[in-house]
Amino acid sequence: MSMLTPLELEALRLSLWVSGWAVAVSLPFGVLAAWVLARGRFPGKALLDGLIHLPLVLPPVAVGYALLVLLGRKGIVGGWLYDVLGISLIFNWKGAAVASAVMSFPLMVRAIRLSLESVDRGIESAAATLGAGPLRVFFTVTVPLTLPGVLAGTILAFARSLSEFGATITFVSNIPGQTRTLPIALYSLTQVPGGEAAALRLCLISVGLAFLTLLASEQAARKLRQRLQG
Amino acid sequence: MLEVSVQKRQGEVRIDVAFDSDGPTVTALFGRSGAGKTSVVGMVAGLSRPDRGRIVLDGRVLFDADSGTDVPPHRRRIGYVFQESRLFPHYSVRGNLAFGMRLVPPAERYIGFDNVIELLGIGHLLERRPGSLSGGERQRVAIGRALLASPRLLLMDEPLASLDGARKAELLPFIAELPRQFGLPILYVSHSVDEVLRLADRMVLLEAGKVTAGGAVEDVMSQPGFAAAAGGIELATVVVTSVERHDEVREVTHLAFPGGTIRVPRLDAPPGAQVRVRIDAGNVILAREEPRGLSVQNQFAGHVTELRHRPGLVDVVLDIGCPLQAQITSQACRDLQLDIGTPVYALVKSTSLSRSDMAEHLRAKALK
Repeated sequence: MSMLTPLELEALRLSLWVSGWAVAVSLPFGVLAAWVLARGRFPGKALLDGLIHLPLVLPPVAVGYALLVLLGRKGIVGGWLYDVLGISLIFNWKGAAVASAVMSFPLMVRAIRLSLESVDRGIESAAATLGAGPLRVFFTVTVPLTLPGVLAGTILAFARSLSEFGATITFVSNIPGQTRTLPIALYSLTQVPGGEAAALRLCLISVGLAFLTLLASEQAARKLRQRLQG
Repeated sequence: MLEVSVQKRQGEVRIDVAFDSDGPTVTALFGRSGAGKTSVVGMVAGLSRPDRGRIVLDGRVLFDADSGTDVPPHRRRIGYVFQESRLFPHYSVRGNLAFGMRLVPPAERYIGFDNVIELLGIGHLLERRPGSLSGGERQRVAIGRALLASPRLLLMDEPLASLDGARKAELLPFIAELPRQFGLPILYVSHSVDEVLRLADRMVLLEAGKVTAGGAVEDVMSQPGFAAAAGGIELATVVVTSVERHDEVREVTHLAFPGGTIRVPRLDAPPGAQVRVRIDAGNVILAREEPRGLSVQNQFAGHVTELRHRPGLVDVVLDIGCPLQAQITSQACRDLQLDIGTPVYALVKSTSLSRSDMAEHLRAKALK
């Protein structure tokens, strides 16, 4: 690790930490949302679908601002979080994780939903005739068969979180050690005179990290496919 | 005892079906594709919901539209073997087999794991994945998986349709044994005359969502409407015979039935075996006087019991000790001056009976 400066190390660590939490916390909701969109039939489904996909098409700054309004200490949700649970999301890594989670959520849901839709319902029916109730069918048949999609969605969301910038900087600003992730550190360096060399190094670190993530995802997907197809 | 009476609108077809089956027997649900066979089986399994009606198995109400009863599939204890096997791709064969078994309390299991793998000959496949199995192997595992859940009724939806002749011939005797061995009734969906002749005790004929005939296999298959419902076959009489003896020199088999003895090309069935023979009405020749000097081996004396006139043709029903149908032209009918009670001789050429017209009734064998 001596190759990296303390500043780079801090940004890298923070990025991995924030993205890890963002993905871990949003995964159960992602599976739930994908399930509802893939299998549910209810009025307002198109609306929910649109809402989930909104961050994909909105300017990230707008998402960040919306989060600030909603989750700030005086916001509707943020006020409650602070008053009742004593949790503050403003200007700390938790807020950065929330911003990353919201921005990467549509990608995660999309991948899981696609793979849920490709699960053969006939196999689920077969499990039911063998005595498995809906919950057991879900956990022993649907989830394992959806796993490649869940994995793909998770890694995609993780990669998207690593590159999150606009919503984060708008929502939780640029605080070293708290919210200054790799992209934000990179941006900061480009704003100061003589920071080009350091910026290039951060850029290369980002490229390497993204590349590793994609390789890991390919590898894991291949393993899973092999397991499923015997 | 299974009692089914259901109605459901399914796209273009209105399914309106009522039948029952009693005891550990094989009941065939027969009809052309699109007749609604799979839909009916799906409703019995609880995978789809009838609009109206009632389904009762051994006195337990599984579905009743009036009282709002609808037992979910996983509580019905009804096994289902699908045409495409539907094995779990992410489990080994062992995992597939054990899936349903683990969900049944040990006291209610009537068949053991080792018993099933031995019966089906799948012991060497246990650690394999379904993806690497052949069609026949997959279907065996699917049958084993359904059996191990110790069902009270087994639904089989064209389980052999995707298999070649040899694999079919291997599995049929095994399926025929199940009702006797485990007291397990089977509802068997098929559109193959041969499979039904070999396997079923009773059959329900489905046409465009409606039951048009039901009863013993030989009776239903001998009905005038059957040929049309089955498609691609002609009016025929199915007679139940038993193998009397084989004449190895002449390479013929003698089959005894209430009309006497019928000689057919050498069959591969042991003496005493029950064989159902389909005699095409168009292949039955009628004569007013006892014919002599003919090459025809099978000659039965009887009399006319019914004449069904159709454009240009007449279906003649004879009593030769059992019913036998002949189809002749209207002209021939006039020339022979046939009327109810007219004594006639019926002639059936041995070689007009092909392999596919004769089926050893495996269920009858299983019952012995």
